[in-house]
Amino acid sequence: MNEIILDARNLVTEIHQRRGWLRVVDDVSFNVGRGEIVGLVGESGCGKSMTAFSLMQLFPTPAARVASGQIIFENRDLLKLAPNELRRVRGAQIAMIFQDPATFLDPLMTLGDQIAEPLRAHNFAGDVRARTRDLVEQMGLPDPDLIARRYPHQVSGGQKQRALIASAMSCAPKLLIADEPTTALDVTVQAQILDLMRDLRAQTGAAILLITHDLGVIAEMCDRVYVMYAGKIVEANTTRELFRAPRHPYTQGLLRSTVSLESATTELFAIPGTVPNLNELPRGCRFAPRCPIANAQCAHEPPFVADETRAVACWNVERAMASEIWKLDVGR
Amino acid sequence: MSNLRTWLAFALILGFVLLAVFAQFIAPFDPFRGGADALLAPGAKNYLLGTDHLGRDILSELIFGARVSLAVGISAALSASILGIVVGSLAGFFGGWVDGALMRVSEFFQTLPRFVLALVIVAFFGGGVLKVIIVLAILSWPQIARLVRAQILSLRESTFVEAARLSGMNGIQIIAREILPNALAPVIVTGSLDIASAILLEASLSFFGLGDANLISWGGMLNVAQPYLRQAWWMAVFPGIAISLVVLAFNILGDALNDALNPRLQETA
Amino acid sequence: MLEGTQLTKDFRVRLGLFRGSATLRAVDDVSITIDAGETVALVGESGSGKSTLGRILLGLILQTSGAVHYRGTDFARLQGDAARQFRADVQAVFQDTSASLNPRRRVGESVIAPLLFNRRLSAAHARIESAQLLERVGLDPKIFASRFPHQLSGGQRQRVGLARALASQPRVIVADEPVSALDVSVRAQILKLMQDLQAQEKLAYLFITHDLGIARLIANRVMVMYLGAIVEEGNAADVFARPSHPYTLALTLSAPIPDPTRARPPRHLIGDIPSPLAPPPGCRFHPRCAFAQAICKTDAPPVREFENAHRSACHFAEQVRGG
Repeated sequence: MNEIILDARNLVTEIHQRRGWLRVVDDVSFNVGRGEIVGLVGESGCGKSMTAFSLMQLFPTPAARVASGQIIFENRDLLKLAPNELRRVRGAQIAMIFQDPATFLDPLMTLGDQIAEPLRAHNFAGDVRARTRDLVEQMGLPDPDLIARRYPHQVSGGQKQRALIASAMSCAPKLLIADEPTTALDVTVQAQILDLMRDLRAQTGAAILLITHDLGVIAEMCDRVYVMYAGKIVEANTTRELFRAPRHPYTQGLLRSTVSLESATTELFAIPGTVPNLNELPRGCRFAPRCPIANAQCAHEPPFVADETRAVACWNVERAMASEIWKLDVGR
Repeated sequence: MSNLRTWLAFALILGFVLLAVFAQFIAPFDPFRGGADALLAPGAKNYLLGTDHLGRDILSELIFGARVSLAVGISAALSASILGIVVGSLAGFFGGWVDGALMRVSEFFQTLPRFVLALVIVAFFGGGVLKVIIVLAILSWPQIARLVRAQILSLRESTFVEAARLSGMNGIQIIAREILPNALAPVIVTGSLDIASAILLEASLSFFGLGDANLISWGGMLNVAQPYLRQAWWMAVFPGIAISLVVLAFNILGDALNDALNPRLQETA
Repeated sequence: MLEGTQLTKDFRVRLGLFRGSATLRAVDDVSITIDAGETVALVGESGSGKSTLGRILLGLILQTSGAVHYRGTDFARLQGDAARQFRADVQAVFQDTSASLNPRRRVGESVIAPLLFNRRLSAAHARIESAQLLERVGLDPKIFASRFPHQLSGGQRQRVGLARALASQPRVIVADEPVSALDVSVRAQILKLMQDLQAQEKLAYLFITHDLGIARLIANRVMVMYLGAIVEEGNAADVFARPSHPYTLALTLSAPIPDPTRARPPRHLIGDIPSPLAPPPGCRFHPRCAFAQAICKTDAPPVREFENAHRSACHFAEQVRGG
């Protein structure tokens, strides 16, 4: 395995609610290698976006904090950095893009100025104009000079996301965090943006942490995957292995319920039940109430994770792997 | 914290209402009769807040004054709200020229300088509580009408109103069951704020001597206090405090109602 | 059963302070039929006009030209009982589950409304039947009837939406992206519920979606819409086995496939969807099309028909079918 540039260990993130601090990311460990595309997949409320925000320590709500853990980036713990040191890392070495590009673009600034902003903020030594033009061109935007003079409302959603990616890539970051970058886009545009991100990785060597709910996007993009459920990582593996032989019952169920044009079966499959409320989590395994092979141990003891890079948090992996545990007629 | 604030405001309003209703039992003296020494300082001879230039008890005057302030404030805001809801609903539902005409009328009233108009009307037609209420209502309805109209225009396009049409409701049923309950919350909030501003306006009118001369009102007390500011500060300070407190209380109540009427902010079951 | 012929819908759009207004043709000469008990998938991306078409068929907005017939009668001419029957028979399920339920109303009351108004049941009767409806969509009425929409999850709200639609005892349900806002595992639950209800009630669905995978799974017929017009239609099996319009082909190639061992297909689709305010001349897909020739820039393509009424509006449909 190649050199690890980001290593998050035992990360705990909490948000403040009426009844106190609520753990939305609970003891999560993962890493990203240099130039690697790593996926973080899960359903809404599983904590995948909060994990991403924790890395930057920039939260969409003021009532959130990283309670404990370590985030080692280039041999330094980001959680121990002084605010001005952290600012130097943010935007320059780690950049982030989001689901809805419109909310992260200033409607009163031209796209060119916004792409150049991180360069100016981090005192770029070279020619800012030339660099901006290169970036716009690299994004595959037609007529770079014209686009740079446009305001956000004058371009399409796909072009906005490209501009945001250009801005994120402007200081040649070593890690790009992409939080559902294509969810708000149409499929034909999504395909183009995914291609662009893959090209960027090849050209710049930047690693990408891709956060998504879409297993199709994971399969197309990622070298390795972490699957999250109710604030915890339940399974980690290389993408190929995860799709070939999913070990956690949740991963197995998620893969089966994914509908695509190429699915072998035409039967619909659904995991019964609903994601637990973080306020009233089960005592043992958080997936136990929905799991077809859960037993008494699952109900009382949280499963133990041994090896982090190929982890699976399940007491009954052998059983889950031995036979088809999900029946088609389960649940409506 | 915000709960405590709300309870304080609520208690204050309740207190003023009780004072107003039971004024004759609570007030230690007859506020209309002098007789004591004039301009007694607070605390002297059982006159807790002192006496005015005619020897009347300031505390008793304040208690009776609550009647006028609250009555004027609440009835003015209530009539403005009713007028505003009717006009706003008509404009919102019918649209077209009805909307245009009603909105132009409301704009006309909104461009008038509120206080000057109030002065002119009362000066011409004379004081009296009823007239003050009417003037205040005429001045406040356009704001509510525009609010109701805007609410209805946006709610009319909402998906749940489309769903109501698919459920077989007709126009009037949709207005009554789906739109108005959603449109009214901000009106209630604005209405409670209107009470505060009506109380202020009434006090201002009385301060200029345009209130009802036969009634005791806080603004009127401020009016007569003017010549005695140097000798008897208590004649001006206590009515001033009363006005501030009640206005503040209604403003806080408005905020609290805004939160309480939003089902999203209620505790999830 | 429900049939729209040559439907066109124009919207006036204000451009700005001094630039006046323009006409946006959201739906352009579209004909569509939905037969009893079948599922028609209407597929397209944002701005394709698919939701507008759905709202015209529901009678929620009026078309600029063309007609909607229900059981053979133009519904603009339906009066009295027949009009009420149409209202009850054609129902909808919406994408945004929180916007489609009145936020100040308990969800039980939202299900009761069609029972009171469309079906004219007594209040007591309606209460009993609404509880049964909630049970049918998998919600315990004792727990859920008295809750407000914001207290439910997206999947639960969509179940309420289905119960409300069922309350009118409809024959056709127009479902506008009913699962797009839901999580993968919940999505399948709702789709399965919709299939079960269809089998029990002999419902017809017009299923509006941007997701080809879902369309393939649940639809008997598929119609593909691009910038207001139908570019391809046919039986689901035929359309997915042999896409006959370059846009359908591009859509099938763009959808991510959850299988990392498969090679990514080349994506020959360029650029974004043009603004519907200024659709390109000729074939409106030509600026993004890999098959486009000179003729596509000037002439609107004729509709070509292949086996089983599989139709495609493309000058080079044969080439597209050839791969």
